[in-house]
Amino acid sequence: MASEGQTSTAYIQHHLQNLAYGKLPAGYHRHDGAVIEQDTWTLAHNPQEAEAMGFMCLHLDTLGWGIALGLILSMVFAFVAKTATLGKPTGIQSFVELLVEFIDKTVKDVFQHKNRLIAPMALTIFSWVFLMNLMDLIPVDWLPLLAAKVTGNEHFYFKVVPTTDPNATLGMSITVFLLMIGFSLYKKGPLGFIKELTMHPFHSGKWYVDIFLMPINLVLETVGLLAKPVSLGLRLFGNMYAGELIFILLALMFSAGLVIGLFGGVLQWGWAVFHILVITLQAFVFMVLTTVYMAMAHDVAEEH
Amino acid sequence: MNINLTLIGQSLTFLFFVFFCMKFVWPALISVMEEREKRIAQGLDNADKADKDLELAKQQVATQIKEAKDQAATILEAANKRANQIVEEAKVQATVEAERIKLSAQADIDREIMQAREQLRSKVASLVLVGAEKVLGASIDASAHNQMLDKLAAEL
Repeated sequence: MASEGQTSTAYIQHHLQNLAYGKLPAGYHRHDGAVIEQDTWTLAHNPQEAEAMGFMCLHLDTLGWGIALGLILSMVFAFVAKTATLGKPTGIQSFVELLVEFIDKTVKDVFQHKNRLIAPMALTIFSWVFLMNLMDLIPVDWLPLLAAKVTGNEHFYFKVVPTTDPNATLGMSITVFLLMIGFSLYKKGPLGFIKELTMHPFHSGKWYVDIFLMPINLVLETVGLLAKPVSLGLRLFGNMYAGELIFILLALMFSAGLVIGLFGGVLQWGWAVFHILVITLQAFVFMVLTTVYMAMAHDVAEEH
Repeated sequence: MNINLTLIGQSLTFLFFVFFCMKFVWPALISVMEEREKRIAQGLDNADKADKDLELAKQQVATQIKEAKDQAATILEAANKRANQIVEEAKVQATVEAERIKLSAQADIDREIMQAREQLRSKVASLVLVGAEKVLGASIDASAHNQMLDKLAAEL
């Protein structure tokens, strides 16, 4: 709900700004007119300040919610793992076992190599991303308003859905990408990896032709390789960001009178119901694609 | 929408949680689930075996009951036969005994008769002697004679 005296644009902008903590360069003119004398680590008070921080900036809300949700998840899982009984599983244990079995089956379908990391990683990705996406279903104003009340700052920036921050999704997808490169190098050897990048898709079998095909192959394969983490991260980000934006736009209707407000409530509800599908699907897609990429990294030298 | 340090932070967080899951969650849960799967399979096997055992035991019981019944019938038959035999034997024995008792009784009776005759004979002889004495020695008194004769007859 847009508070009084706030334009729709400001409301939307406020909702799309992360709580940024970063280094402002010396000589920067702050929002209140003060000039910073030396590099300072501080909270950004408006989007321009956050912009000025550049790379040296942490989104405290993204990281905080990510870590909090991950901790909740890990605690629950660790508790279940510690108290798991051989007898009839009950309550939370049966739910977690259901999840583990589902992940295990999915991973075994896609990934046939031996690696102790892949299945736990898939479980973590699926459940963690799902939880982070789930934050989207909490009405957009509740937590930011609560944060504003608690801190006493009416313009406190607070984005509660970590996956609507490209830093979070790309952070995970780039980690996946690095693991992929690592496993490729480990399984195929540096030479095998280079061969995979240069001998496909064009390959003649005659060295004097191949030498000219290699650069073309390298460009094509490199683009294909780099597209993986980018698409993986941006797909999740795009879906969640769009969903969040629609929630925010629908929330604008609440300040436009009773009838439109009620209509907006109905739309919110409908979009939330649809979004349940989206958040689950996106978490699942992220997990499956990660597993597929890992399987590709492990596939040694299939001849073309 | 700046790309910044958050990316690296998220990456490290991600790795940490993956590591945590790999170390403390996944192996424990999977081992428990596999162990249970094994147990269930074993339980099912055992149940199958028990079913088979039960079937076998039932068959055994049936044969045993049949055998017992047969045996009982044989024993009963033998007992009946034996009883009949004993009855027959007893009958024969009884007949023989009865015959024997009858014979000995007959012999006793014959002997008694002989004895009585002997006695009678001797008595008659003496009576005749006494009568003759009386007849010869005393007067004949009809009434006395009658009386005597009556006496004699009574003594016979």
